[in-house]
Amino acid sequence: MSTPESPTAYDELSQIRQETDRCMKCGNCMAVCPVYATEKVEAGVTRAKIAVAEAVLSGDLALDDPKVYRMLFDCLVCKSCAANCPTRVNFGRIMLALRAALVRKNGLPWLKKAIFSTLRHPRLFDVGMKAGAVFNGLAFRGVKAKAAIAPRSPFAWAGGTIGFDGERLFPELAVKPLRDRVPEVISVPDAKFKVAFFTGDSLNYFYPDAGADVIEVLTANGVEVHIPKGQSCCGIPVLVHGDVETARALARNNLDVFEKCGAEYIITGCGSCGGAWQHDFKEVLADDPVYGPKAAYWAERTYDISTFLTEVVHFRKPTGRVEASVTYHDSCHLKKSMGVFREPREILGSIPGITFKEMAKPDACCGSGGSYVLTHYETASSIGKRKVEDINRTGAEIVSTGCPACMMQLLDNVNRFGTGQQTRHYISLLAEAYRNEKAAS
Amino acid sequence: MLPPLVPGLEEIVGKENVLWNAVDLTAYSYDATADQPRQTPDVVVFPTTAEAVQKIVHFAREQKTPLYPRGSGTNLSGGTIPLRKGIVISFQKMNKILEIDAENLTATVQPGVVIADLNAAVAPFGLIYPPDPGTVSTATMGGSAAENSGGLRGLKYGVTKHYVMGMEVVLANGSAVRFGGKTVKNVTAYDFSSLFVGSEGTLGMMTELTVKLIPAPKAHRTMTAVFKTLEDAGNTVAGIIKAKVIPATLEIMDQMTIRTVENFSKAGLPTDARALLLIEVDGMSEDLVAREAEAVAGVVNANHGELKTAATDAERNQLWAARRSALPALASLNNTVVLEDATVPRSRITDMLVACEAIGKKHGLTLGTFGHAGDGNLHPTILCDKNNADEMARMHRAVEEIFDAALGFGGTLSGEHGIGIAKMKFLGNELGQSGLELLRSVKEALDPDYLLNPGKMVPTKGNA
Ligand SMILES: Cc1cc2nc3c(=O)[nH]c(=O)nc-3n(C[C@H](O)[C@H](O)[C@H](O)COP(=O)(O)OP(=O)(O)OC[C@H]3O[C@@H](n4cnc5c(N)ncnc54)[C@H](O)[C@@H]3O)c2cc1C
Ligand code: SF4
Ligand code: SF4
Repeated sequence: MSTPESPTAYDELSQIRQETDRCMKCGNCMAVCPVYATEKVEAGVTRAKIAVAEAVLSGDLALDDPKVYRMLFDCLVCKSCAANCPTRVNFGRIMLALRAALVRKNGLPWLKKAIFSTLRHPRLFDVGMKAGAVFNGLAFRGVKAKAAIAPRSPFAWAGGTIGFDGERLFPELAVKPLRDRVPEVISVPDAKFKVAFFTGDSLNYFYPDAGADVIEVLTANGVEVHIPKGQSCCGIPVLVHGDVETARALARNNLDVFEKCGAEYIITGCGSCGGAWQHDFKEVLADDPVYGPKAAYWAERTYDISTFLTEVVHFRKPTGRVEASVTYHDSCHLKKSMGVFREPREILGSIPGITFKEMAKPDACCGSGGSYVLTHYETASSIGKRKVEDINRTGAEIVSTGCPACMMQLLDNVNRFGTGQQTRHYISLLAEAYRNEKAAS
Repeated sequence: MLPPLVPGLEEIVGKENVLWNAVDLTAYSYDATADQPRQTPDVVVFPTTAEAVQKIVHFAREQKTPLYPRGSGTNLSGGTIPLRKGIVISFQKMNKILEIDAENLTATVQPGVVIADLNAAVAPFGLIYPPDPGTVSTATMGGSAAENSGGLRGLKYGVTKHYVMGMEVVLANGSAVRFGGKTVKNVTAYDFSSLFVGSEGTLGMMTELTVKLIPAPKAHRTMTAVFKTLEDAGNTVAGIIKAKVIPATLEIMDQMTIRTVENFSKAGLPTDARALLLIEVDGMSEDLVAREAEAVAGVVNANHGELKTAATDAERNQLWAARRSALPALASLNNTVVLEDATVPRSRITDMLVACEAIGKKHGLTLGTFGHAGDGNLHPTILCDKNNADEMARMHRAVEEIFDAALGFGGTLSGEHGIGIAKMKFLGNELGQSGLELLRSVKEALDPDYLLNPGKMVPTKGNA
């Protein structure tokens, strides 16, 4: 663990030695790494990436060698490996620290070029062009203060890209984002709890209806919901590209904004956002004497909506019916970073009319990995295809999950390889059941 | 710059199946063995057919460059490290299950099939492939056959060699040979399968394997027993066998391991216990298994053990969790995990446990022992710091003493991890000079130029 006195692994690469040393090359990560499962070469797997990190630390390989950075970006940062690692190597820390070191060494514009150089497939040219906007997030590094107040969604590029390749499906960019639709505070009579909803960009821009369902379910259970307008992106999309400074600025802004709103808990509906509040803010701010402790404080008070419903408020079981067979995909960050997998199933199980059908390997990665799907479309598609084949075998009509990034990837892959399943956030099914009660009465 | 071997290999297997950049080579410079040198090969090649393997052998002969066969690289004896550079030949793209023959209870597979994938494929037929090293979900059929891997079910179901019925092998002269097959009986010529199983890639490369399957047991009962003395635990192991019960699993953990596991996972293990046994009996019917479980309980009680029986699958998982976390828990103590597998006759288990403890103490090392008590295969595990030269030296001395102790009790250097680089220099202690010569004659009859996996298992002339 870093202390305020020692630099974090994100500032000083040699700090990852304590993680790399823990890797005994047992190979257990091979059983779960989606990149390895697709490419079947050792360089795809975690322990090889750690061996390369060791070679970088010892000077045998150069961090900015194109072969090295190509390998560094051939990783979804899905944390499947860490979840299956006997010695609990925190591989996410190793990978992000390497990427941060790359940025320190060569700067961001260079990095952007490096990432695009991995977009070798001609069909991807268009994707790549659009993906340019993903790195919009990177562009505001120079104006940190402004970025912290009004960041652009790193996903906002996808607006207007619908149908840009005959097959690829994207959720439509909302005409009106969630946070523009709702007031900053939604009170309920005799509120049992006061919570703040961290929407994240994906729920805000792409799935505002699912975001609205989170709010609806909370208020239906007597919870007052704050949706602070000043909240910014969780920072994961920039952190995974090594832009630690922007990630820090975003984290600090979010901590300020949420502290101010006076809520007791922070609720998320996205595994990456929740994971950021629970782990990454603490990680990147470890050496910050002011914000480090704040991050640690809120880490303890951040809940995925499902955990909050099942363990804190003990949600009211719906009586309205949703007639459907449903399967559930475990988002990597939700399960492997936040430890949430039982709760969404409990919620689905509480809804009258739903037949739950577990798929094989429900926690196998779907291939999204944030922007990985853009830079490594082929591998991401093979991973997604395997996922959809498992979904198909359940015969379920709806595939539910707890993370908007997974919803996007599933939407696209179900469209290609599926049998017409709908992709839903599990919370939307609970919201629908509540609505159906009202309709019935 | 294109290494000189690349074009020739690309011609054989295609560009996409040859790797030679520095990053890829780094990924083939290690295996799961601690405290071994790392070495990158000159090139890595992925054949997809036996013919390609033959051509690669011919090419390597011409080029006078060594060939290092590799499955998943999870072995624990340095078996896949390309010590003298050359060509790593990876079987990971030969990963097809060719046939499941439920009538003859066999499966025919390419060498790169992962063990767990074979088990998943035969499960719908109500069958299992029993050999189950700790790495079932990563290790390949070829690699585990070449190591003759054991596992947790070895006591009742045997090890890999009991399941390999036949194979196709590409020899060091480039010819391909098939022998054995689907017949339960086969005494045609020498028992070649036995020669190649456990040969650690030094005699030939398996390109196809036919293995035996068995009906999956329908019932099982899982128990743990904790003991105040090692003698009680040892007597229980002997007593269970004497009661004519052969458990599928009969595992032991010593006090150091119990304490570490408890510290690591708070599983509620008694830290004052001197030993813990995990016992699982299985069979084709509930009452058969119930009777065996009863017999086991009787033996445990007679030896002052404290017994816990799992009533549900969840409880079974809990009991197994302690054993499963033995290695992870120990490994979390330091950066270097030296996992030995010296093996003794079952009757000497207690002696061996006592000896390991004493050796650890004598050298001031953190040493925990767990393992397959039922078949005498223990895993004394030393945790040390690779950056501490003095500790590493003490570790090396301790390992030597562990081997001596095992041999002294009538045991062997390795029960399942193989010789590789790691134990080569100790071979003479067990086999003697004439044994070493036999080993060399076999090697040189099949691979006179030491083309295949040189530097492993067979001490080359002059450096024994
Ligand atoms: C955590 C852990 C637990 C383990 N538990 C056990 C255990 O319980 N029991 C046990 O027995 N082992 C155990 N092992 C050791 C290891 O898993 C086995 O030896 C494994 O079966 C090796 O398979 P592999 O595919 O990784 O082979 P590799 O490591 O790739 O290769 C092993 C050897 O086989 C040779 N080889 C590979 N493929 C071929 C081929 N097609 N033809 C000829 N030679 C070939 C290689 O040259 C090498 O010498 C464990 C290892 C680890 C890391
Ligand atoms: S599972 Fe963990 S310790 Fe094992 S090789 Fe992978 S990263 Fe290393
Ligand atoms: S984070 Fe995911 S993709 Fe990256 S090495 Fe680990 S398992 Fe593989």
